[in-house]
Amino acid sequence: MFWNALIIALREIRRNLLRAFLTVIGVVIGVAAVITMVTLGNGATEAMKEGISKLGNNLLTVRPGQGWGPSASPLFSRTDVEMIRQQVPGIKHITPLSNTTVQAIYQEQARQTDVQGVYPEYFPISNWKISSGRFFDISELNTGEPVAVIGETIKKELFMGEDPIGKRIRLLNTAVTVIGVTEVKGLAGWGDDLDDNIIIPITTLQSRLNGQMFKQNVNQIMISTIDGYPTDGVMTDIAALMRERRNLARTVQDNFSVTDSRQVAEVMSSSIKIMTSLLGAVAGASLLVGGIGIMNIMLVSVTERTREIGIRMSIGARAREVMAQFLVEAVTLSCVGGLAGIGLAYVACYFLAPMSGAPFHFDPKINIIAFVFSAVIGIVFGFMPASRAAKLDPIEALRHE
Amino acid sequence: MEKTLIELQALTKTYGRGDAAFQALKGVDLTIHKGEFVAVMGPSGSGKSTLMNLLGCLDTPTTGSYMFEGIAVETLNKDQRSLLRRHALGFIFQGFNLLARTSALENVELPLLYRGYTRSQRHEMAREALRSVGLGNKERNTPAELSGGQQQRVAIARAIVTHPGTLFADEPTGNLDSKTTLEIMELLCRLNDERNITVLMVTHEDEVAHYAKRIVHVRDGLIGSDVINEDRALRNTPAATH
Repeated sequence: MFWNALIIALREIRRNLLRAFLTVIGVVIGVAAVITMVTLGNGATEAMKEGISKLGNNLLTVRPGQGWGPSASPLFSRTDVEMIRQQVPGIKHITPLSNTTVQAIYQEQARQTDVQGVYPEYFPISNWKISSGRFFDISELNTGEPVAVIGETIKKELFMGEDPIGKRIRLLNTAVTVIGVTEVKGLAGWGDDLDDNIIIPITTLQSRLNGQMFKQNVNQIMISTIDGYPTDGVMTDIAALMRERRNLARTVQDNFSVTDSRQVAEVMSSSIKIMTSLLGAVAGASLLVGGIGIMNIMLVSVTERTREIGIRMSIGARAREVMAQFLVEAVTLSCVGGLAGIGLAYVACYFLAPMSGAPFHFDPKINIIAFVFSAVIGIVFGFMPASRAAKLDPIEALRHE
Repeated sequence: MEKTLIELQALTKTYGRGDAAFQALKGVDLTIHKGEFVAVMGPSGSGKSTLMNLLGCLDTPTTGSYMFEGIAVETLNKDQRSLLRRHALGFIFQGFNLLARTSALENVELPLLYRGYTRSQRHEMAREALRSVGLGNKERNTPAELSGGQQQRVAIARAIVTHPGTLFADEPTGNLDSKTTLEIMELLCRLNDERNITVLMVTHEDEVAHYAKRIVHVRDGLIGSDVINEDRALRNTPAATH
């Protein structure tokens, strides 16, 4: 009976392709919208996670003040860094980070860029890999050598294809020698170019670039923890130590903050997930509207095809067979619509994913869900028209003009 | 005499209720034997359409009994009547009632779809039926590409493709000109004679009714007259001329 209903339904669809197209277009768009939204949302989450992991894993950051914005809270000193290294267990690497934006000049080329003064430990903490040359080491840090490791963007912009190793760049009134170029990290999840920077020993930055004026000018402290060591404990220890060093009274809030990159990543990706679900829900509503479109046209078509139903009944079709015909027709249409929607979504994602900066991950799960959902919509919204058709009286139906 | 096919006893049909009630049939007794060709005549409003709907198992009587091949039709539900129509009856309508934009072959196949034949069986049976009505070369044409007479022949092919014992024809020539009417009536006579198919036909035209072996007049919900058409009945061959 199902097989016959399918043949009959397919013949009816073929008989009026325009009607079939108008019936399914809503479902096509609905399915495509759901899949596109969810796919792009998932891509954005992936991109965000990837961006965070580019900054380093198990990464703790100590910043002045609370929150992200600029603050009047005191900065840190290299003594803070050494005290944390000595007194807090679970730390693998630690580095101060002192950064400033200056003009970097090489011959005719100049570029405003971020100069970061750090320890050599910064390289493993931040997941930097060398692509040519080398990192600076602890002895160069101790003596404050004028050496620099540059990002790919600096290499491109200042050296225009020349090999930068051994060349000298001017930063303010100091010349530094390029000893290494880092591997490309690309964009962070939020769009910052991670390769647009120059990394030098913090001692060099403090003594040569900033002068002796800012002894305390460590903007933030970056820490990687030993794998498997609970970061919560490390964070509490750092906070306690810093409060002690700053003599903060019990009632006073921290004037610094310790953040865990993984927590940040979790917060960010969970907020993107919420956005994705919201967009998916809106798209789901359009799929629902598509389903109502099916019901709409099927209802009209039951009226329009009353005579056909009468003919079928007079030659011996039972109510359930008429019902099956219309249900199968609705489900077939919505399934075809679902498949077309998947195709449309694939095309849309293919073109939209690069635009949104998110990688293109075509997730089979959401496709299957959307397809099944469209089939269910066919059943749900095909039911009313089908049962209306099945209830027709053959004599009345035959007389219908 | 052939065995009894249809037996109506005190059959009534009332439409509506209370003051608005209208009794279309007021107690009809009628017996039809296998192989008969019966024309049911009567003015509009006489109840002949109601009678045909009941005979065709499309409707149920209000009171009375209807035996079809020993089955009490009034006790069957909607689905059981559908199955009875599917297996024992064929229908021909005044307006042909073919599916539009559908080839003659697929139209003829339609009843077979509900009977679970394979694709090749369906095609073979439908082609055979089309050939038997003289349309073997028109199987791909849609109704719009066929003349009225050809459309009615497709409809007849659809009605006989399942080899039913009984054919119901409701004004089969009502939409046709006289020449085509002749063709269709000769075709029905041939089916009646050669295949021994019982034909029950509603018509209001005397000329058409004269092809039948028996003519029943319905008046005011009752059988007015029931006569043997001796021209046809005795010769038992198709009327060459009328």
